[in-house]
Amino acid sequence: MIEFKNIKKSFGEKVVLNDVSHIMESGKCNLIIGTSGSGKTVLQKCLVGLFEPDSGEIIYDGVNFTDMTEDLRKGLRQQIGMLFQGSALFDSMTVEENVMFPLDMFGNMSSSKKRKRVNEVLDRVNLEGANKKFPAEISGGMKKRVGIARAIVLNPKYLFCDEPNSGLDPQTSMVIDKLIHEITKEFNMTTVINTHDMNSVMEIGENILYMFEGQKEWTGNNEEIIFSKNDKLNEFIFASKFLQDAKDMRMLEAKGIIADDRDMEEMLKKGEEIK
Amino acid sequence: MTFFTDFGRYLLMLKGMFSRPENMKMYWKEFMHQCNDIGIGSFGIVSIISVFIGAVSAVQTAYQLVSPLIPLETIGTVVRDTVILEFAPTLICIVLAGVVGSKIASELGNMRVSEQIDALEIMGINTKAYLILPKIIAAMITIPMLVIISMVLGIWGGRLAAVASGIVSTDTFDRGLLHGFIPYNVTFALIKAYTFAFIISSIPAYFGYHVKGGALEIGRSSTKSVVVSCIVLLFADYALSQLLLSH
Repeated sequence: MIEFKNIKKSFGEKVVLNDVSHIMESGKCNLIIGTSGSGKTVLQKCLVGLFEPDSGEIIYDGVNFTDMTEDLRKGLRQQIGMLFQGSALFDSMTVEENVMFPLDMFGNMSSSKKRKRVNEVLDRVNLEGANKKFPAEISGGMKKRVGIARAIVLNPKYLFCDEPNSGLDPQTSMVIDKLIHEITKEFNMTTVINTHDMNSVMEIGENILYMFEGQKEWTGNNEEIIFSKNDKLNEFIFASKFLQDAKDMRMLEAKGIIADDRDMEEMLKKGEEIK
Repeated sequence: MTFFTDFGRYLLMLKGMFSRPENMKMYWKEFMHQCNDIGIGSFGIVSIISVFIGAVSAVQTAYQLVSPLIPLETIGTVVRDTVILEFAPTLICIVLAGVVGSKIASELGNMRVSEQIDALEIMGINTKAYLILPKIIAAMITIPMLVIISMVLGIWGGRLAAVASGIVSTDTFDRGLLHGFIPYNVTFALIKAYTFAFIISSIPAYFGYHVKGGALEIGRSSTKSVVVSCIVLLFADYALSQLLLSH
């Protein structure tokens, strides 16, 4: 569990985070959502220690991260895995070397055990056989999967993902979401995902924090988000007509008017009537 | 104001490099990799430049020796001293500021922009120690070696050109080469080489490590790092000459 209280962060005059508090729960996919510039990336960077908050506390399972010295943080950081927006793979290393890097740096394993562990995690992210390829030779989705493999190779307790679906097609995005969700459950990790992909919100959003202009605007889960009465949130989530229709369908479904997807046409008509 | 901010951050970067390595083996691997990149990677260009600057200095010295009172063996002496005192340490290091400096700045800049440095930091690695220190140490070991090689090749190039163009015989050139040799000049050249090696590795590392933005900024920081390195190098050259050569 990661708890943060009253986080404030400014860059010069610009206040980016203003008194943000929330709890990221263990074994769940915790999503930070919001428009571009709402402060979600800064919040995530504060949580992992890449930025220092101006004030507030960050607590990892009872341990105050903000008060820690850099040396103590090093120990905690080995329990943190992170998937970056651009994957951040080391260009000069092969897929295998990228995934093996944390083991080389921190693990006391023999070469054969390291290789076995690397193969295990590559298999887990469905990348068997890609060991000898360089990042430039693989697709965006594969890069993300290598990034996930590298992030989980040391069995971390906390997994951070910054825009895991950016630049990916919807199908690959769903594969990545599913993978992150499965890994979170499998290893009981506290996963924090920074996204504005609505598919992810609906599919894996078990604990959602909606940020608006540097402040916490709404919290809930993927079931509650549909029925939220928060105007700012609704404006953000149902920005397109397609999503608005989807919302109407879900509402009709929830009211028992529609039983399954076969009633699509009727559903759309009733959605229009409701609107 | 920017100068003081940059200088302060540069000093903090240098201070931040010194911490206990997370894994000595990985640091050693990175150091050897940098030795190969900086040392072996620059060997070709250093060799070519050295031979030609030696050859040109021999031909130009001969061209200016119009007085019959000055013996021809002076050509060997002049080539030796100019190559050892200035051409090998200074000119080669200016070239290396371009070759090595831009490589260091763009490599670190690219790592910064593509979040590879952030990825290392999240793993709990001191990125200044892991990425910058091996580069500086590798430069300080390999660049003085390259300067020594440059001295040898420069003098050899001068001898080759002087003999091939019929200006002097090998015996005359060699007599000049051995005449009035001051071993301290080599020491002075090596002091310069160590200082310049530090300058041309640490300044580009600073600019690359602190890049903000995208591909355009990587290019800008790379160019800026070479310009600043060259200016600081020339200042250091003058300061060292004043300190170590003035009587």
